[in-house]
Amino acid sequence: MEPSTQKLIHTFGALADLGQEVASAGDFSEMVRTSMHLLLGTLALRRGAVTECYEQGDLGCVAVWGLDEGLLKQFTLRKDERSEFLNSEWSTFLVDDGRCSFLKRYGALLAKEEIELVVPMIVRDELTGFVLLGRKASGEAFSEDDFETIRAMVRHIGVGIHTHRLIEQVAQRAEENRRLYDELRAIYRDTVRAFAAAIDIKDKYTQGHSERVGRYSEIIAQEMGWSEEEVEGIQIAGYLHDVGKLVVDRNIINAPYHIDAKQSSELNRHPAAGYEILLPINHPYADIPLMAKYHHERLDGRGYPDGLVDEQIPIGAKIVCLADSFDAMTTDRPYRRRRSFEDVVRDLRQNSGTQFDPKVVVAFAGAILKEVTGQAKERRIVKMLGKGYLDGVQVPLLLEDLIAELDGRKISAVSG
Amino acid sequence: MEISPSGTVRSHCVGTTAVVYASDYLNKLTGEKIERECRRQLSAGCRALVIDFAETQLVNSIGISILLGIIDIAEKNNAQVVFADVNNQTVELFQMLGLTRHVVLAKDEAEALSNLTGFDSTPVIY
Repeated sequence: MEPSTQKLIHTFGALADLGQEVASAGDFSEMVRTSMHLLLGTLALRRGAVTECYEQGDLGCVAVWGLDEGLLKQFTLRKDERSEFLNSEWSTFLVDDGRCSFLKRYGALLAKEEIELVVPMIVRDELTGFVLLGRKASGEAFSEDDFETIRAMVRHIGVGIHTHRLIEQVAQRAEENRRLYDELRAIYRDTVRAFAAAIDIKDKYTQGHSERVGRYSEIIAQEMGWSEEEVEGIQIAGYLHDVGKLVVDRNIINAPYHIDAKQSSELNRHPAAGYEILLPINHPYADIPLMAKYHHERLDGRGYPDGLVDEQIPIGAKIVCLADSFDAMTTDRPYRRRRSFEDVVRDLRQNSGTQFDPKVVVAFAGAILKEVTGQAKERRIVKMLGKGYLDGVQVPLLLEDLIAELDGRKISAVSG
Repeated sequence: MEISPSGTVRSHCVGTTAVVYASDYLNKLTGEKIERECRRQLSAGCRALVIDFAETQLVNSIGISILLGIIDIAEKNNAQVVFADVNNQTVELFQMLGLTRHVVLAKDEAEALSNLTGFDSTPVIY
């Protein structure tokens, strides 16, 4: 084979490999190192380096071969020198080039290290860095063809570095945005919790109710396999479900007796009022206003405010409904003591399918069962129920029966 | 014969000469393994390196760069480098790029070793 043909094949092979390398999404330093080897190997150059230029004028060594890495750490690039490279009509510089201020300072040092050429990498009018190249193993001087090859390959490497910088900047901004978003969500959650506490203060008998409804709702949604974001959303809905009580007369909320029909009608305004309050707010989670509006709806259509039936009621509202009722049954009220756990389970059984969605009841019962049998990492529900509440109760038996019965009802409903 | 710590490069020592076997395709991955093995042999006291290309079909640009690096390190350690059993196409490539100015080519490993005999006391002049 003619040497010129062989050289062409060798160069084309390297250019093809370089293109592939620069386009690869792999490790940046490895990409630059491989690219440098491809350039050095194409012309059989004995040493070389690829450096990056930073804003402050420092030079960073990205890849080096046959040279002391420490050498490049001594170099700085002045503003006027940067401008000189950017405005120069030359794309390659011999180290003894007297036209170049940067090489007037460092040319001798580079020559001592057997570097012959300095090639600036300029991409989109920005000095990305330099490629330093040593002499050819053949001992020959660089030919015009060699310069062409060098310019083409250095352009490729420069684009690779520039692209990497852009990707880094985008990733950095994305990370900053993510952090800000997380902070905003945390602020939102804290604000909502504070707001929930404010709602509960209005009702002296139900302090902590909204917080507990939020927690119970969260646990049920987790048990039902909801995503992290959906779980956060339902927790917020739980915190805010009674926000409409802010517009209800305090005397009705705090009445230490069963309220009359008129007062009851006034109190029953709170879900719709809550919806009106929450609707204009741009919540980071879906359907919060609807969950507040429909948390007193029932599967049999006897709920309020709209008398919706089963499938018309959003699943989130069904969860908040159960959490709300469970907390109402398991905490003291002005006109009654809290009910025993056996009684609560009896209520859940009786009202599943009419007031409560059986799927939701099964999930909640399953979550409690996991806590009392030690399968759950934390005993969040047990803790909220307080010390002694479940003492002496055959909790697993009660819940297993409840789950088996409701699952059975589901199966017979499907087969029927 | 031993397997290098890098795992896949075969090598062995004859006196103070290390024989390192290149694989069928000398690229970045295999080249770096050979380079590491050569460095290891030199720091262990070897004064000559024989790189056996009997199995090597192809050497790409990265392979050339890495071989030049090995030559460089050898020179810094005052060690000789011999390339043995190089196929014709690769010989032409080495000649065209000037590698042959820095290394000796031998027909095969035996010729490389015999040329290096006595290197311990009297370096062979090629």
